[in-house]
Amino acid sequence: MAKKLKKVDAVILGSGWAGGIIGAELAKKGYKVVALERGGSQKVEDFVGGKDELRFSQRYALMQDLSKETMTSRSTEDEEALPVRNNKDALIGTDTGGSGVHWNGVNFRYRPYDFEIRSQTVERYGEVKIPKGMTLQDWGITYDELEPYYDKYEKMAGISGEVNPVGPKRSEDYPNPPSIDTPSIRLFKDASKKLGYHPYQIPTANVTEQYTNPDGETINACVYCAFCETYGCHFGAKADPIVTVLATAKKTGNYELRNHAYVTRVLYDGSKATGLLYTDTQTGMAYEQPADVVILAGFTFPNTRLLLLSKIGRPYNPKTGEGVIGKNFTGHFSNINYLGARGFFDDKKFNNFAGAGALGATFDDFAADDFDHKDLNFLHGFEVQHQTTGFRPIEYNFVPKGTPTWGEEFKDKSLFYTNRNLYVNALTGTLPWTHNYMDLDPTYTDFNGDPLLRITNRYTDQDRNLIRYAIDICKKIMTEMGADSVEADEVPDDVEFNNSYTTGHFAGGVIMGDDPQTSAVNSYQQMWDVDNLFVAGASSFPHFGNYNPTETVGALAYRTAEGIDTFLKNGGQLVKTKTASL
Amino acid sequence: MADTDKHKKEPHQTDHSRRNFLKNSGMVAGGVVGGSLLGGLFMRERDEKHKTKPSGTKHETSFQEARIFFTREEDFKALEAATERIYPKDKNGPGAIELGVPFFIDKQLAGDWGINARDYRKGPFKAYDYNDPAQVKSDDAAEPHPRGGQGQGKESTDSIMRDQSLLNRREIFIEGVRTLNDASQKQHKTTYDQLEKDQQIDILKTFENGEVEMKSVPSQAFFSLLRQATIEGAYADPLYGGNKDMEGWKMKEFPGAYPSYLGKIDKDEFFKPQPVALKDSQQH
Repeated sequence: MAKKLKKVDAVILGSGWAGGIIGAELAKKGYKVVALERGGSQKVEDFVGGKDELRFSQRYALMQDLSKETMTSRSTEDEEALPVRNNKDALIGTDTGGSGVHWNGVNFRYRPYDFEIRSQTVERYGEVKIPKGMTLQDWGITYDELEPYYDKYEKMAGISGEVNPVGPKRSEDYPNPPSIDTPSIRLFKDASKKLGYHPYQIPTANVTEQYTNPDGETINACVYCAFCETYGCHFGAKADPIVTVLATAKKTGNYELRNHAYVTRVLYDGSKATGLLYTDTQTGMAYEQPADVVILAGFTFPNTRLLLLSKIGRPYNPKTGEGVIGKNFTGHFSNINYLGARGFFDDKKFNNFAGAGALGATFDDFAADDFDHKDLNFLHGFEVQHQTTGFRPIEYNFVPKGTPTWGEEFKDKSLFYTNRNLYVNALTGTLPWTHNYMDLDPTYTDFNGDPLLRITNRYTDQDRNLIRYAIDICKKIMTEMGADSVEADEVPDDVEFNNSYTTGHFAGGVIMGDDPQTSAVNSYQQMWDVDNLFVAGASSFPHFGNYNPTETVGALAYRTAEGIDTFLKNGGQLVKTKTASL
Repeated sequence: MADTDKHKKEPHQTDHSRRNFLKNSGMVAGGVVGGSLLGGLFMRERDEKHKTKPSGTKHETSFQEARIFFTREEDFKALEAATERIYPKDKNGPGAIELGVPFFIDKQLAGDWGINARDYRKGPFKAYDYNDPAQVKSDDAAEPHPRGGQGQGKESTDSIMRDQSLLNRREIFIEGVRTLNDASQKQHKTTYDQLEKDQQIDILKTFENGEVEMKSVPSQAFFSLLRQATIEGAYADPLYGGNKDMEGWKMKEFPGAYPSYLGKIDKDEFFKPQPVALKDSQQH
């Protein structure tokens, strides 16, 4: 039997960006909050002296311990899903701060089109433009409604950037100036401008000047040491939950973070959630943490899985299209969304080892629906970027096509081209389909004996056509940049999902909307079915925009914290449903 | 080249960049980072001997150059020869053996990586049958394959079976190096390490192409692991036993755990400092 603990105002699964923001905001208002984190504790000091490529990038020290839990994966419903056994295919964060610790720090706001994607697509192109099986839907919130929360998030995280010349309107500038220009970034910007595009510096959480945020937390200035992606920042210069919201929450005295607390069920009495059930993975003891409000703020996968395991909400059925939990799985996949063109320079050397996670430039001339899709065989868009996260020698051995992958020629050319190649890539949006979803696996289980989450995901011509169009633009830019040879990534007709989850960008399963028939949560990430249960994170995204998700996750979390405060005072649903659709 | 001159100027440049670093990071004006953290940002002054030691000199005896995992010398010799073919000594500098790569792999296999400790290891596993053409089919997964924001990394061929093998890495390596010797005996009546360079290369190619019959995994799965581990041994921090004297990093023009690129990153000049190892950046 689980030991029942003292009731608190709010219990939160997760200590990443979503859980950290909500925890800090509630604790600041005086609510008693307990947060449950499946991973161990970590702080900035843990990252000092940790510029160790083998440990962090090859042995995945900050990633989910798959020996306890993973997910299974397949392309189609006819296949048997197999477990993702190794972290090389599962870069999903764990420990205090979650994926917010090892991230690169790229920050974008989604476009107004993203939030009203179905209405605006129909309005501009007619219903006929949406292919059969594409479950495109509005988010139940507009850009203008979310804008103040974007602003709040940017000020908390000290986002450093310059205004996007073709971006949506903002109430205020970024709190810090943009990151530094480098020779390769200048090359990219010059080439882009020459071709008529509007490049600007990528908005970054690698903070450019020492900055104290409105909560009083200080973030240091980035020194471009190039150890961001898959690393924690030893210098406290990358905004992460540890140096910002978790520190703020702790100071209030109202927030308790429990590590090694692996949540196994949402406790549910048929009308409301009564708490979270968890196992202490160090002792094996089971505990019940009761609370007035329950918040799932884990990654897309545990959020979805826990609702299915706890039998809350209606599970999605891909055959009938009914139900919502598990619906609209989307993401940025390594072999269909993140591609571009590599240029090799025979006479030019770049300091490719220097950089920062989100150091680089980008342009948004093809973002979302900012270009006419009338005569195009796809919807949505992409940003083009030249990102200089900094090369590390084990994983960065690019050689011109036709070079062997080992032996004398490989060694010679991989050494020669290490600092003589650059990459320009696109990041495309991913739209949802009836056949891409999550449910529980019938075979494989976690260390507790509970079923793993099963992911079914297949690419479509929409994905292939979009990325091919984007790669062409990347290729033009790289050619203009003066590379001696340009190699564009190829997208064969039969390219299929590689069952690889390396980008960290995955969404859906508990999607938001304005209609309880087609969505699981309202625009406060409050469940339609259970008033005191909130599910926060990218699990709410009905589709994946072309941009990195973190800033939108953060903005939604601020709005949710506000909603929870209102709920704790007044109770009930925070959003009236559209009766017209019922 | 001008690189040699840069080395001479290094102490001055380092001081300069430290000052800039302090200024730009706001630490001069009483930053928030504590003393121990601040200390960790700067490398300890490395002793002169280390700094001036010319590359290519004979190494002093290392007590760590002994086997901890491989029990049979013949297995280890095959491993040595194979890693050297993957990353050979050439005009750029030392090859895998001189860099300590075989001992690096031996140590890695002895640790948690060797038993796939962080992997999901619950069954059912996928049965493997060499005679099933679908399972041994060679694919192009060994080609550079984008992964993530920079398109970095490679999709390795050990994902041919999506890592569904019952074997752990130790078992795959042992079977792999013994199969190397078996193939060598069959074709040339001697062990793999005794072969001519070209013969060694030809045999490795048959592994890479999945043409060698191995009982428990496709031969390209072993090859892919071996290739990956060899590259890791050449370029991982020297604390792991490879990349001896940071010679791998020097060839790669990689500065290691260098503390800050402020004052360098925005310049057109190529920056080539002495690399910094974790031993120095951790200040032991």
